Amino acid sequence: MDRTLTINGKLHNVDVDPDTPLLWVLRDILHLTGTKFGCGSGLCGACTVHVGGEARFACQTAIEEVGSDEVVTIEAAHTLAVGQRVQLAWINTDVVQCGYCQPGQIMRAIALLQKNPNPSDADIRDGMAPNICRCGCYPRIHAAVRVAAETAQ
Amino acid sequence: MKRGASGGPRLGRRGFLAAASSSAALFVIPFRLGATETAGAAGFTANAFLRLDAKGVVVLSLPKTEMGQSVYTAIAMLVAEELEVGVGTIAVELPDGEEGRFGEVTQETGGSTSIRETFFPVRQAAADMRASLVGAAAAGWGVAAKDCTASDGRVVHAASGREAHFGALASAAAARPPAMDTQLKDSSKFAVIGKPTPRLDSRLKVMGEAIYGIDVVLPGMKIGAIAQCPAFGGRLESTDRQAALAVAGVVEIVVLTDAVAVIADHYWAAKKGLDALAPVWTSAAEPDLDQARIEGEYAAAAATGKGFGAEGTTSLADVADGLASAHSKFSADYQQPFLAHAPMEPGNCVLHLHNGELEIWTGTQIPADARAAAAGAAGLPVEKVKLRNQLMGGGFGRRLEPDFIVRAVEVAKSCPYPLKLIWSREEDMQHDMYRPYYHDRVEAAVDAEGLPVAIFHRIAGSSIMARLYGDEFDGVDSDAVDGAAVTPYKLPRHRVEFVRHETLVPTSWWRGVGGARSAFVVESFVDELARNAKADPLIYRRRLLESDRARAVLDLVAEKARWTQDPGKDRARGVSIIHLWNTFMAQVVEVGRSDDGVRVERVIVAVDCGQPVNPLGIEAQIEGGVIFGLSAALSGEITIADGRVEQSNFHDYTVFRMTDAPRIDIHIVDSTAEVGGLGEPPVAAVMPALANAVCALTGKRIRRLPILKTLAV
Repeated sequence: MDRTLTINGKLHNVDVDPDTPLLWVLRDILHLTGTKFGCGSGLCGACTVHVGGEARFACQTAIEEVGSDEVVTIEAAHTLAVGQRVQLAWINTDVVQCGYCQPGQIMRAIALLQKNPNPSDADIRDGMAPNICRCGCYPRIHAAVRVAAETAQ
Repeated sequence: MKRGASGGPRLGRRGFLAAASSSAALFVIPFRLGATETAGAAGFTANAFLRLDAKGVVVLSLPKTEMGQSVYTAIAMLVAEELEVGVGTIAVELPDGEEGRFGEVTQETGGSTSIRETFFPVRQAAADMRASLVGAAAAGWGVAAKDCTASDGRVVHAASGREAHFGALASAAAARPPAMDTQLKDSSKFAVIGKPTPRLDSRLKVMGEAIYGIDVVLPGMKIGAIAQCPAFGGRLESTDRQAALAVAGVVEIVVLTDAVAVIADHYWAAKKGLDALAPVWTSAAEPDLDQARIEGEYAAAAATGKGFGAEGTTSLADVADGLASAHSKFSADYQQPFLAHAPMEPGNCVLHLHNGELEIWTGTQIPADARAAAAGAAGLPVEKVKLRNQLMGGGFGRRLEPDFIVRAVEVAKSCPYPLKLIWSREEDMQHDMYRPYYHDRVEAAVDAEGLPVAIFHRIAGSSIMARLYGDEFDGVDSDAVDGAAVTPYKLPRHRVEFVRHETLVPTSWWRGVGGARSAFVVESFVDELARNAKADPLIYRRRLLESDRARAVLDLVAEKARWTQDPGKDRARGVSIIHLWNTFMAQVVEVGRSDDGVRVERVIVAVDCGQPVNPLGIEAQIEGGVIFGLSAALSGEITIADGRVEQSNFHDYTVFRMTDAPRIDIHIVDSTAEVGGLGEPPVAAVMPALANAVCALTGKRIRRLPILKTLAV
């Protein structure tokens, strides 16, 4: 069934079952492959995107739930003011290793800072906890979120 | 997939570039995947590693694969040092598995070998290329080559003020006999090696533009979901084919003897098709295979199985003498569980089998073996298999096996179109090739001071080496005994035996490999010896250490951890030291109490890895390895019931999250000694240091991993 999605500021018509997770619409139909598949169960956060300004697991968000809410993925993260700061902080902090989880980490961090521009260390730890990094970049992710928060001050 | 050579990937938003330019941290990377371009008339192929392309860009053919460990950057730094170009101007290609292409340097990425193997050959290749370019410039100008220098991608003749860009010298250099054996820089002259250098692939990965194997999209490609028989040695019994074909988007069902794949227009349709297919499987070849049986078998193997003595360790008679004659004796048994790799990118392979050729797009740590295995599965000569190696979303040893690729070829034989086959997380975890389960038994005799006079260490486990190199296997798995047969200590009458025992559970390399399994046992046991001697575990180790470099890292970690000061109420510390992969590393782990037992508060690392190449990369590898090892030691465990793996996703195979990660302080020893490895050492050193800290905190010796489970019983 045809439905219209707003993704990264553009309208897309997609014809898939209403239970299709947003993740697979992004990756396999629109070829926006920056959003990653990690667990398919909302356990790892690799698929984190913004739906209506909230961080969501794209693998757990059926397309019928998206409605007219705007979807923002890593491909458009730099169009968000906080997104630019977060991505720069990530680069300046030399955060990434394999990098596979980083789009999700970055989208999570942006949502965190949009809600809480001046997070405590505990806020950062708790806010980033949904997202797994098997390379163990956590110390640098933490540092980069802190840098991004401070550059806004 | 090829990205613009001149500018690299662009951000396309003026504001972002403006914001970024002030930071001087964005890199313009002429980033390429795969050998997409050969040097034309205007180019210059200096050797297997390096060429100038037609645009004058230095192209580095990496012999090693990037899976997060930052070899792109580190190996590019080796080139930059000797070739005299900026690190960020070097374009990088991934290895394609063409056997023998790099001479003595293999294309296998594992065992902490990447920098150790390339440190001299890649520098030599770069120095020779520089000499060719300098020679070409000097000849063109009619001056002596010794009066010319290379700098920042140009050759300069200072006396006359002439200079030429490398690109302009390509044809002239290509026409000359290749330079060989050019003198390498002395380490005192290093301008790049040893300097903290940000990663070259950062921006691609941060912008979401990096392409991993799972991201490859081909025209006309279909996407498959696979299910394999969950029970070891079982087969597919039946399916509901009609129900699967009724799912919108499903195009094909491929049935194998022990697996089935549903192919569709997109993954969700394939997955729904697989659910509708409802495959029914037979039971395992050994339905009663479970954890208790496996643990019993390995305990028996360690106690009474036929062992083979590791090279360099003493004879059975000698160790028996030592054990009989001593002041006092004790023994300990250690158990380490099966572990999954669980890289963030699940198993996947994109491939196209057509016209008697096979093209593969995937991330693999073993491109040459992967090609050969794929050729075998496809029934094609290896020359007909083209491998386009991709970035990997983590490896940790999982991608040292070609099983995903072989499976994908078996499925693709029924598919005339390009296929992307994806393993769900559950399939990935239940069809891993696991870190072996090990049971170690250690007996020691000590003198009146509590120092060892004889140690008999028996290791029972699956042998990965025997599986891979059966013909050469002599009873001792050289990997499993690594770090046990040779330790950092002076140990008299030290015998190590390996007892091979296999179950149906498939096993393979896991980050830290044999050295990490041995380090857990050796460093736990030495801690027990120290406790038995009522000695400080750090001072006790220091007395037994063999080398000055080992003592130096131990002293450094003691100082930085303030070892002699009380850690405070409800805090305790544990220590470890290893000399493995040509690296000396000591760690102190500080733990506190938490609701579920213990919490890791802080890890202090001192490392002497010889000449450091990229301190930023070294720190990243250590941070990551420490977290990987802590995560496994605290809660990592794969268990078997009814002939199959019980765990399936991150809810029951829990891994560290940000909330678990401790503070990590790293101290790198300034050194010009031979380069050591760094991927494995932090994993190996942290597991025993943690176990020793937990013992210091709770009084409970951890002889069985994972720790939280042991503390709970």
